[in-house]
Amino acid sequence: MTHPVDILLVVVILLNFLVLGTPALRMTIRAAALQGAVLAVLPLLVHRGFGWRVAAIAIATMGIKGILIPGLLEKAMRDIHIRHEVEPYVGFVPSLFLCAVGTGLAILFAGNLPLAPEHVGTLLVPASLATLLSGFLVLTTRRKAISQVVGYLILENGIFIFGQLLIEAMPFLVEAGVLLDLFVGIFIMGIVINHIRQEFSSLDTELLSELKD
Amino acid sequence: MEGASPDGTLLLGSILLLALSGVPGLFARKGGSGGERLATLLACVASAAGLVPAVRILFFGAGFRMELPSPLPGGPILLAADPLSALFLLPVFLVPALGAVYGLGYWAEAEHLRDGRKLRFFMGLLAASMAAVLVARSGVAFVVAWEVMALAAFFAATTEDRQPAVREAGWIYLVATHAGTLGLFGMTAVLRATTGSFAWEAPEGGLAVTGSASVVFLLALVGFGAKAGLFPFHFWLPGAHAGAPSHVSAVMSGVMLKVGLYGILRITSLYGTPPAWWGGLLLVLGATSALYGAALAAGQNDLKRLLAYSSIENVGIISTGIGVALLGRSAARPEWIALGLGGALLHVLFHSLFKPLLFLGAGAVIHGTGTREMDLMGGLLKKMPKTGAAFAIGCAAVAALPPLNGFFSEFLVYLGLLRAFSGPGEALLAGFAAPALALAGGVALAAFVKLFGVVFLGNPRSEKAAHAHEPGNFMRVPILLLAAACLAAGLLSPLLAPGLDAATAAWAAKSRVGIPALAAVAPLATVATWGAALLGLLALTAAATAFLIRRRTVSRGPTWDCGYARPTARMQYTGSSFGDWIAARLTPRVAATLLEERLPEGIFPRGARVSAAAPARDPVLLRLLEPFAQRWARRFYDLHALQEGRLTIYLVYVLGTLIALLAWSVLRGWFPPQ
Repeated sequence: MTHPVDILLVVVILLNFLVLGTPALRMTIRAAALQGAVLAVLPLLVHRGFGWRVAAIAIATMGIKGILIPGLLEKAMRDIHIRHEVEPYVGFVPSLFLCAVGTGLAILFAGNLPLAPEHVGTLLVPASLATLLSGFLVLTTRRKAISQVVGYLILENGIFIFGQLLIEAMPFLVEAGVLLDLFVGIFIMGIVINHIRQEFSSLDTELLSELKD
Repeated sequence: MEGASPDGTLLLGSILLLALSGVPGLFARKGGSGGERLATLLACVASAAGLVPAVRILFFGAGFRMELPSPLPGGPILLAADPLSALFLLPVFLVPALGAVYGLGYWAEAEHLRDGRKLRFFMGLLAASMAAVLVARSGVAFVVAWEVMALAAFFAATTEDRQPAVREAGWIYLVATHAGTLGLFGMTAVLRATTGSFAWEAPEGGLAVTGSASVVFLLALVGFGAKAGLFPFHFWLPGAHAGAPSHVSAVMSGVMLKVGLYGILRITSLYGTPPAWWGGLLLVLGATSALYGAALAAGQNDLKRLLAYSSIENVGIISTGIGVALLGRSAARPEWIALGLGGALLHVLFHSLFKPLLFLGAGAVIHGTGTREMDLMGGLLKKMPKTGAAFAIGCAAVAALPPLNGFFSEFLVYLGLLRAFSGPGEALLAGFAAPALALAGGVALAAFVKLFGVVFLGNPRSEKAAHAHEPGNFMRVPILLLAAACLAAGLLSPLLAPGLDAATAAWAAKSRVGIPALAAVAPLATVATWGAALLGLLALTAAATAFLIRRRTVSRGPTWDCGYARPTARMQYTGSSFGDWIAARLTPRVAATLLEERLPEGIFPRGARVSAAAPARDPVLLRLLEPFAQRWARRFYDLHALQEGRLTIYLVYVLGTLIALLAWSVLRGWFPPQ
């Protein structure tokens, strides 16, 4: 637990709770931004060597996850005058409870996965799974499209942490892939948000069910 | 490349050329005749080049086997041709080439701007993929070629996809062919599991017949039977054949069905001593197909549907022959093998002559009259005498009248059945199959009498029929060539016997029985001599008639004149009235639907009316498959509840799956499998 990586990962897990526990959209966006920024430091610590490629990944992660996307989300929030997530499908306290259960399950699962010996003691896998599940929780319990983008962001953060496991086998492939994936995903969701607003003059994704069939 | 030989190189080269024959036309100017002529030329050149190795392998004992390295999983691509492949290659290189020439007139680019180029491309691909199926000898290569063939046929058959009926028939075909391909996937996998390799080759003495061998056989029967149109997998066939352009129907019926039968032969050739029930099952299915196809053919009023049902009958005859040969292998009776398979293979060859002749002739009739409805035709023999004469030859051949070719092959199958009847066990089934086949033959004869009589004889029943005309030379030459082939092939069948012997030997090579030559067990030469004598007698009669009336005035009147004051075309027998007696006796309730019946009343009846129609869909499809599919469709409809339309619900599904998988891994950790 004394490894600096583990300390960062504990921060990441705590931020999951913050995102799930607050109704204020600005707070969730900033928590996600902070999580992205913390994760940007992660490769620097996991990697033994400090090459320019590591630095590039760290800077790109920081730029995209920590600044660019949250900035865009805040701008969108200001543009459409939405401050709070009202009436989520699952309330804030129950979702905090679910997040706690998910984190516990993540630790349980992680103990049973076949891992390389150097990863066994660390929090990498539990934190990754916990963040993944939290992201899913946000995606499934929130109504506003902006909240769902944040959920997607957190989900990707979980995958990003998992990618650190593969760093020896495929350096940067995973990170680069995740960043690209994230960028495209947010891009598409931005378009979707825009269209939802135009069509339904609301960002409540509930209304999307009218499109089925 | 390992094992290259001149024959193999020429064969593969011609297959490649055939596949590409329609490609230059895709880039040619729309509506110009350059593209279609080039496509036809390439198809003809490729087919001629391909016929050379096919004939060499069949009659002169050549053959090749080569392995190509493959980037795909499944080992190297194994290509080989033995006399069995070569025999089936003959129609592949004959019929599509004639069909291409015919297409110049029937589906001229100038008149079919929208779909002409597409049709020629897929015709070339269809022919090439059929040839590829016949030389592919490893599982993966075979299934790939098979699937290309099925899809090319789909696109060629749905050329007129603007018509709803054509689309519907196309979908039914697609479902049927993919259900069959599923069977072939299963078969290939089971075969791979038993032999340890995808190569379809058996050691000396053949593969052992175990439980998995029977699974392979049943899956092959489903997969290949669906393509061959064997009852009860035939349901796609009438619609697809009726809706396709006539030269496509000719290729599908004349060649593609046979490729399905080839598959059954190829798989059964791998086993040393097949169990007797394999042959018995094929015998029963074949006899059923023959009877069913003939009975439904008699009830049809759509010209091409009638021909399609007759194809089912002929596939049944061939399958019966294969069944006898299989029984012969399990009972070690070489003469059953020689007669059964010899007859089946000869019928494969001959059916690929007379059925394309009939389909191409039907196309000429449809081209001339603009309808497929037989009850709107009539009297066409006077308008299109050459096509009509060729069509008459085709009708006589398909009805197995001597001295035409159909008689010779069916004769061999009957001989095989009668020999097998003397045998033990399942062979007794032959005693039921022979009369069933005989009944089917009689009904088929009635069906074709009806077809020829209603379409070509009598007086025109509609304006369209009255203005019919002989087709152009591009369409007429293939028809006349095929008619001449039908006349000659039967009489020349003793010359074909060595090829049949070679193919039979290749099929039964693993059975270790000395198979007698066909000429030794069947009096082919005698029958051919009598046939020639009969033909000579006919010619003599014709010459004598011409001689006798040469100086006399011949007056021509309308048919069925009979001294009526005001004869009308409506007094003639219609297709329905002719076919009704068969439909009413053989296929009660399923073959025909009585639409309207108003019987005459009183001493001076004012009016009476009766009309009946064959259903537009096959009875098996209508009564069996559609209710079944609809019932399941309703059940699956309940699954719509899962499709909520809300993104979050879908994400919950994903989350649930993820947690379930992770939980499973945990449980496996706690309770490790033994």
